[in-house]
Amino acid sequence: MSDKLNIALAGNPNCGKTTLFNELTGSNGYVGNWPGVTVEKKMANWKKDTNVTFVDLPGIYSLSPYSPEEVVSRDYVVKDRPDAVIDLIDVTNIERNLYLTTQILETGRPVVVGLNMCDLLEQHGETIDTKQLSHMLGVPVVEVSALRNKNLDKLVKDAEEAARKQAIAKPVELFSPEVEHALAQIADGIKNQCEPELVRWYAIKVFERDAEAIKPLGLTKNEVAAFEPVIEAVEKERDDDSESIITSDRYDWIATVMEKAVKKSPDKLSTSEKIDRVVTNRVLGLPIFIAVMVFVYWVAIGTVGTAATDWVNDNLFADGWFTNGESQAAYEEDSEAYQDANYDDMISGFLAAAEEQGVSTDGVQDAIDAEEPTSEDEATIADFEAAAEKAGVEAHDVAITDADGNFVDADGEVITTVDEDGNPVLADGQELGVLDTVTLADFEDALDQAEPDPHDYGNFVDSIPNAVTGWLTDAGASDVVISLVVDGIIGGVGSVLGFIPQIFVLFVMLCFLEDCGYMSRVAFVMDRVFRRFGLSGKSFIPMIVSSGCGVPGVLATKTIENERDRRMTAMLTTMIPCSAKLPIIALVMGVLVGSDNGAWWVAPMFYFMGIAAIIISAVMLKKTKPFQGEPVPFVMELPDYHLPSVKSWLLHIWERVAAYVKKAGTIIFAAAVGIWFLNNFGLAGWEGGDGAFGFLPGMDAPADVNVNDFSMLAGVGSALAWLFIPLGFGNWQATAATISALIAKENLVSTFGVIFGLGDATENSVTMWQGFANMFMVGGTLHVGAMCAYVAFNMLCAPCFAAMGTIRRQMDDNKWFWFAIGYECGFGWVVGLLINQFYELFVFGNFGFWTIVAFAFAALILYQLFRPMPKWDQKDEHILSNLSEEAA
Amino acid sequence: MATLRDVKVGETCTVSKLTGTGAIKRRIMDMGLTKGAKVFVRKVAPLGDPIECTVRGYELSLRKDEAQCVEVADVTAA
Repeated sequence: MSDKLNIALAGNPNCGKTTLFNELTGSNGYVGNWPGVTVEKKMANWKKDTNVTFVDLPGIYSLSPYSPEEVVSRDYVVKDRPDAVIDLIDVTNIERNLYLTTQILETGRPVVVGLNMCDLLEQHGETIDTKQLSHMLGVPVVEVSALRNKNLDKLVKDAEEAARKQAIAKPVELFSPEVEHALAQIADGIKNQCEPELVRWYAIKVFERDAEAIKPLGLTKNEVAAFEPVIEAVEKERDDDSESIITSDRYDWIATVMEKAVKKSPDKLSTSEKIDRVVTNRVLGLPIFIAVMVFVYWVAIGTVGTAATDWVNDNLFADGWFTNGESQAAYEEDSEAYQDANYDDMISGFLAAAEEQGVSTDGVQDAIDAEEPTSEDEATIADFEAAAEKAGVEAHDVAITDADGNFVDADGEVITTVDEDGNPVLADGQELGVLDTVTLADFEDALDQAEPDPHDYGNFVDSIPNAVTGWLTDAGASDVVISLVVDGIIGGVGSVLGFIPQIFVLFVMLCFLEDCGYMSRVAFVMDRVFRRFGLSGKSFIPMIVSSGCGVPGVLATKTIENERDRRMTAMLTTMIPCSAKLPIIALVMGVLVGSDNGAWWVAPMFYFMGIAAIIISAVMLKKTKPFQGEPVPFVMELPDYHLPSVKSWLLHIWERVAAYVKKAGTIIFAAAVGIWFLNNFGLAGWEGGDGAFGFLPGMDAPADVNVNDFSMLAGVGSALAWLFIPLGFGNWQATAATISALIAKENLVSTFGVIFGLGDATENSVTMWQGFANMFMVGGTLHVGAMCAYVAFNMLCAPCFAAMGTIRRQMDDNKWFWFAIGYECGFGWVVGLLINQFYELFVFGNFGFWTIVAFAFAALILYQLFRPMPKWDQKDEHILSNLSEEAA
Repeated sequence: MATLRDVKVGETCTVSKLTGTGAIKRRIMDMGLTKGAKVFVRKVAPLGDPIECTVRGYELSLRKDEAQCVEVADVTAA
């Protein structure tokens, strides 16, 4: 035997196993998934001796073949043969905890039992005779407190000793005589097929007819069939099936143990029961649940979480920040004053007036905009000023624009309509906001006014991208390198790190709810509503969270106890519009109704669409093969309430956040860099270009060429645009924006800004509304159907890379991941098709091939929604009904 | 035969037999609802389903559909 020891930690959920694991290891080990399932696997070395490695098995009640948690646990113990197993028992719930113990004792491994929470037991006035218990179980029993780190060393030392001595637990003959007799017969038949210490394990599995478990025995069909009469005889005698007989016998034996080794106090109402009287009360249960959810939402999404994440995104990764409030106030005041003075409007207005009066303005705007004006630029401006003075240029009625580049009326309200040339269209009685006259002196004055630079105010810390750009420029790095590092790498890392504050805040609360026991009550209270859609009561939490951000939303599915619900929820939860999709909604609102006055219903409509999409998808998917299988039991423990210790709470949070950074982070990062590459490289294919492949922003392109039209992203957009013709937006711009929105959904708007050459226009800019609406113009009228189809597709299709990376991490399986992404895109596409085609049909009266396809899809969805649950082969694959039949 | 579904809140009963098959049956048994186990029905969830009961010294919740798989006898008001 080697010096290295593997010790498995087994126990019921809520028995304090995680606390024990963290106490023993400091939680610095490997966190991953068991192969093929979404069950977490944790491994770490003992703090006191790195030769001892602990493997934390999932919290389970039994070693049955039904749930993935139980299957990975028993496979690990029986096939991977850890050197010892520590079985931790919650003594306040000893009767049910011992049920798992009886099964672990049969796995042919050295076993040590830890009795956790003995201190609580004393408070209840109960006692346990440890010696008697140890005698009856035939293995060492140690009283411990995982929370207070009491006796843990002894527990591990005992396990170590048992492992070194190979003191394999001798299974107790706990079944009734007729069962023991049958087991002996079976054992006799299989004793040459397996290791001697596993004979009893396999004998019981044969008796239970557990198909999967007995495979390693390699018995022939006839050999298996030979055991059938033995089992049937016992079943007949007991008038029950073999699986039930085994289970009842275990509990019956435990009852005798309880009698001999445990002294119970008379029942009285515990604190936990008192809390539950209120929390899951028939009347108060729902209001309390809603209050808790509102609080979680308010903290994670409404206030702290979003504020923290915005701070990181806006300051650390965008503009920089002030460490001193006074400097910040001074800067903001000057900045506002600068904005209010409308210097930019003065300059452009004066230039326009000069042009009108025949003064050449060639190159003047560029000279003014130059960041570091050369002497040439200065000469150009000076020449212009001289010429303007000579011609006596004076501008009148120069229109004022706001920070978004919108025209405003005399009252400062945004004018929401512009004509095709970009001139404002006034409503009746509305007056354009103007500067009455702009003289040459005003113009010169405006030129002298520099926009306030935060660097000049002291106590200013530059953002990472700005600082790095500065360093790289100083070091003489080329534009490609700067762009790669700043836009590609830092942008990618930033999109990972930006979410951390929000995820942290969210898990502070979710881990608390989970650790204190409320999460099980959530399932208890909400089950009735969600089971109809094939989801769990706990699916509600990820959806609430996803309305803020899909990344923590998908991570929050961890608390769902059932694997199928977990997968379904992770797949669908990002269909709820997250905060990054709000700019897209604002854009559509702008186009449809001008400004947001009185059109409050547009935004909620997208949330309803999200909720409807989830419900429809869940009902449809529930009836498909991948989500079908055995019905999932909702037989769940409601553990006692208890306050988690700060330490285990923090560790729990740390685990979740670290898992996100490690697993999701790499994918998000790679994808962000990939999109950067597509976006910035391409062929110089414009007129006069040399057709060479290279870094587009670094190429000398004529001023009237938008180099973005030649990027690889544009190429990919054109190549994929045909996919969206039936949806009404088969142009490369719309497609390219959809692709770049995969980095972050709000990129959709800024990408349009770049493609339309609108510079800094935002979702609140009238010019942006115009440009966006132009994409969907058909013969001069706006094709609302196509536009809505486009937005619906972008809301429902694959989420951003951050969320996709998280889904990948959560599914931990490529097949499932691609299934999820594929379904989301497919569903989004179909919804887009339905919207566009039905709009065409009912508003324009167009009927064509795609209309038929749309009707076909609609019919298909309705059929899948309303057809009864298909009857799948209900045969139990795990427990055979008859050994000889199976053998035949 | 009465099932656990029919037992009213506040009543105690004894499990006499389990019907049903597969995962649900095994899970119900694994959680301690085996022949002879005493069950106290503590409450019903706010929306009428699932129910909460005390068995083998702890709180267990199960849906009414699943409670129907548990045949009970000796129903008495506590």
